[in-house]
Amino acid sequence: MKININKRQKTMIKKRVIPGFGISIGITITFLTLIVLIPISSIAIYVSGISLNEFIEIITDKQVVSGYKVSFFCALIAALINAIFGTILAWVLVRYEFIGKRVLDGLIELPFALPTAVAGITLTSLYSDKGWIGSIFAEAGIQIAYTKIGIIIAMIFIGIPFVVRSIQPVLEKMDTQYEEAATMLGANGHRIFFKVILPEIFPAMLTGFGLALARGIGEYGSVVFIAGNMPYKTQIAPLLIMTKLEQFKYADATAIALVMLVASFIILLLINMIQSYVNKITNN
Amino acid sequence: MKNNATKNILISISILFITIMLVIPLIAVIIYSLQDGIEAYKIAIFDKYTIKALQLTLLATVSAVVINTFFGIFAAWIITKFSFRGKHFLTTLIDIPFAISPVIAGLIYILVFGRTGWAYDFLQAYDIKIVFAVPGIILATIFVTFPFVSREIIPVLNAQGKDEEEAAALMGASGFKIFTKITLPHIKWALLYGIILCTARAMGEFGAVSVLSGHLRGKTNTLPLHIEMLYNEFQLSSAFAVSSILVIMAVIILILRTIVEYKGKKAGE
Repeated sequence: MKININKRQKTMIKKRVIPGFGISIGITITFLTLIVLIPISSIAIYVSGISLNEFIEIITDKQVVSGYKVSFFCALIAALINAIFGTILAWVLVRYEFIGKRVLDGLIELPFALPTAVAGITLTSLYSDKGWIGSIFAEAGIQIAYTKIGIIIAMIFIGIPFVVRSIQPVLEKMDTQYEEAATMLGANGHRIFFKVILPEIFPAMLTGFGLALARGIGEYGSVVFIAGNMPYKTQIAPLLIMTKLEQFKYADATAIALVMLVASFIILLLINMIQSYVNKITNN
Repeated sequence: MKNNATKNILISISILFITIMLVIPLIAVIIYSLQDGIEAYKIAIFDKYTIKALQLTLLATVSAVVINTFFGIFAAWIITKFSFRGKHFLTTLIDIPFAISPVIAGLIYILVFGRTGWAYDFLQAYDIKIVFAVPGIILATIFVTFPFVSREIIPVLNAQGKDEEEAAALMGASGFKIFTKITLPHIKWALLYGIILCTARAMGEFGAVSVLSGHLRGKTNTLPLHIEMLYNEFQLSSAFAVSSILVIMAVIILILRTIVEYKGKKAGE
């Protein structure tokens, strides 16, 4: 067995014509270990110091559970809305020509470039009862800022580029001849969309949805201002971590963080699985 | 005819969505920042704490860009030019910071360097401050932008393959020469694109930095933290005035991004 591996390694080394393997792998692993792996593993180390009962007690605390619920529920709604509007936006940007298209395309990236704290205070001011948009809804008796609707709006804001940028390249590569064939065979627009286009872009939609969801769950800066942070109502999970840290309750903060980490890893894993599945199909 | 109607409806929906969700907030920052007049705006911008915060933001951003570019190039090189075991695993590990809540990014450094952290005694002995000090802010910024550069270069290098580098190596070119003469021209635009994204995220990072900063005005406040402080003190127009600095930087980044993307596409054709 051992000899086999050695032989394999030897042939692999022979194949390496390009120089720089040693130094590159050295630098990559050193940086990765120092900046990412050691700090991340400290969560596991810290949690292992907490007894299981204590851990369960922390993460099943009423306020903590409601924090998870608020974060997950709002991120889910926002990601769904983004999946719909993101698909429309990607479609419009790829398929149509109109004045101002370039500007529209550039603006999609605004939530990536605009600092989250700036987005947070701006959205709060706009959607509060006295704000430009909030006052319109306030007349109808709907409060947006400091409610879940506000949180969802902030999460739509930060999530939209993920969906558009996932779908756009797929649409660009898609051959229009299938749609043309479907049209000639007499399919209507509705049918073409659901039978021809949607199956093609669905994996990309799902990827964008997953990324927006993960981002929404972990988002802090843009959400914290508009949320208002009422316990059991609009308190998001990242804010709970922040509060526990300010009270120097490190065990509580770490336990809450671990649950969030596991959740986002599951989402990331699902995305990767979908991507490799899609790659397999397209390669065949 | 019917097709045109769908087209117009979809374009209208898109423009309306972008206007409400993105354009109005952008305009709002500028109008809110000027609501107390241009003099108040100038006072808020040239306030000594604002200048200090701007300096710290620039320092953290430049550090993150330099380190992540250096790392990103080597990581992309190893992932695209060699085959070895655990490559997929390595790629996933590099992407971790992308999937982590910024607040958790801050937390992990507290756990390492903070009072209960295992590195605390060592730091104490050598009188090094990381948590609630500038190094912590820089570390957090590097962490949240860690995969940004490598993520942009890897797809381009993958598409390019490794034939050219292999040929050059067989002809006796050194690693450095291969990189500067063959690889770099291919990844030029992707690299620039990654640097732009990294800059955008680094200058605006809030959650992670917030955990590690300790909010000492004039010492460990970055621009986003300074904005939060002003906002919580109900100095709204000052908060928006300081925000407008970041908005201008964001718009410049967006324009640069569009140019680089366009040039990159052109070069790819």
